[in-house]
Amino acid sequence: MTREIFKKHIQTLEKEVTEMGEMVVTAINRSIEALKVLDSEAAEKIIADDVKINKKRWDIEEKCINLIATQQPVASDLREIIAVLSIATDLERMGDHAEGIGKIVILHGKEPLIKPLVDIPQMADICVDMLKRSIDAFLKRDAAAATAICAEDDKVDLLHEQVYRVLLSYMIENPRVITYATYLIWAAHNLERIADRVTNICERIVFLTTGSMHEINVSRY
Amino acid sequence: MEIETTIETKNLNLYYGDFRALNDVNIKIPGRNVTAIIGPSGCGKSTLLRCFNRMNDLTENAKVQGKIIIEGNNILELETDLIFLRKKVGMVFQRPNVFDLSIYNNLKFGLRIHRMLSDKDHIMQAIQSGLEQVNLWQELKDKLRKNARSLTLEQQQRLCIARVIILKPDIILLDEPCSALDPIATLRIEELLRILRQQYTLVIVTHNMQQAARVSDYTGFMYLGQLIEFGETNQIFTNPGEKLTENYISGYFG
Repeated sequence: MTREIFKKHIQTLEKEVTEMGEMVVTAINRSIEALKVLDSEAAEKIIADDVKINKKRWDIEEKCINLIATQQPVASDLREIIAVLSIATDLERMGDHAEGIGKIVILHGKEPLIKPLVDIPQMADICVDMLKRSIDAFLKRDAAAATAICAEDDKVDLLHEQVYRVLLSYMIENPRVITYATYLIWAAHNLERIADRVTNICERIVFLTTGSMHEINVSRY
Repeated sequence: MEIETTIETKNLNLYYGDFRALNDVNIKIPGRNVTAIIGPSGCGKSTLLRCFNRMNDLTENAKVQGKIIIEGNNILELETDLIFLRKKVGMVFQRPNVFDLSIYNNLKFGLRIHRMLSDKDHIMQAIQSGLEQVNLWQELKDKLRKNARSLTLEQQQRLCIARVIILKPDIILLDEPCSALDPIATLRIEELLRILRQQYTLVIVTHNMQQAARVSDYTGFMYLGQLIEFGETNQIFTNPGEKLTENYISGYFG
């Protein structure tokens, strides 16, 4: 068998994408836990750890560039490296969205939540589930699974709309909560964007397995 | 836009004695483009190329079946004028094969064979035009009496291309034209091919897959005498239709 070294490099890339995915999952989970109890110390840690996610993205990108420059990959090898480049960018942006929620926690300060969080944690759970399954679909080259994951973006969009409507009613009822209700709308928006980024990853999985580049599920936002 | 086919083979088979070197090859080579034929050693790519101007006639034991249509004529018919065919379908080989003559006489040689000689001014015009097309005129215009063998290998290969061009061919076949050249000379020859494609149909056989990817518009992949896949180069190198093609171009065998 030829190109054993190249294959090892590709396996390393896959491992790094998996690790980066886990880092982002942790960041999202922590951000929602911090938001639920307004733990600004935990929020500071999420913001600090985002630097590690950003660094991981540059490491992956550098490896991809080196492989393209030195190994002249073509066909599915090339598509995989291009997919990894794109996936790493999406994961990095998801990390930024988790960091965004962390910043909201800090902005919110000690003021109690205007209502217990119900839909936002549910949005986060769906996002995390979609993300984990997308990484799994990437490792298994499963275009069907990737397409199915994209359909779930609609659930996140619906919950986002619901959060928006509920918080709008709180604001109409009591304009003094506008600032804090807006913070929660921002948090929900960050999650909605995370789900969109997962659909980007899924589109790359379809590209990697079939060579076809197209949008699978157009987000409402 | 439909691209005109310049060379078409129909169920082309070629045997060297009992060995079937080409196995039912059906290919349509588009005009005014570069087509690369790739594949592992012994897959039949050079054999296929040599069919297009019947160079295989010179090989003992070679027997050809099927059709090769060039400009509407099956060139495998007995009445084909081989001298005329090889003028229309020129060939450039792996190592530059300049004659041990002056640059001027190297270029004049083909004109003489094909009775295209006229007065000296016309010969000079033809030589200048040939050398200009391969970017050698400025370098060599004052050295036309020098022996062609004193040139660098890259210049010699360019001269060989000029020697073909001067006969006004429609098709130029190139069998590993850069294999004797260094990487920089190779890139310069590739650039020349990209320019020449505007006027000629080029078919290049190459071992170098990156070269095929860089230089060609269409690529055919051959394996064990069969044409496995033929398509636009971009498609072949990003999303080939056949697993065998994918494994070969990705370097997993061959």
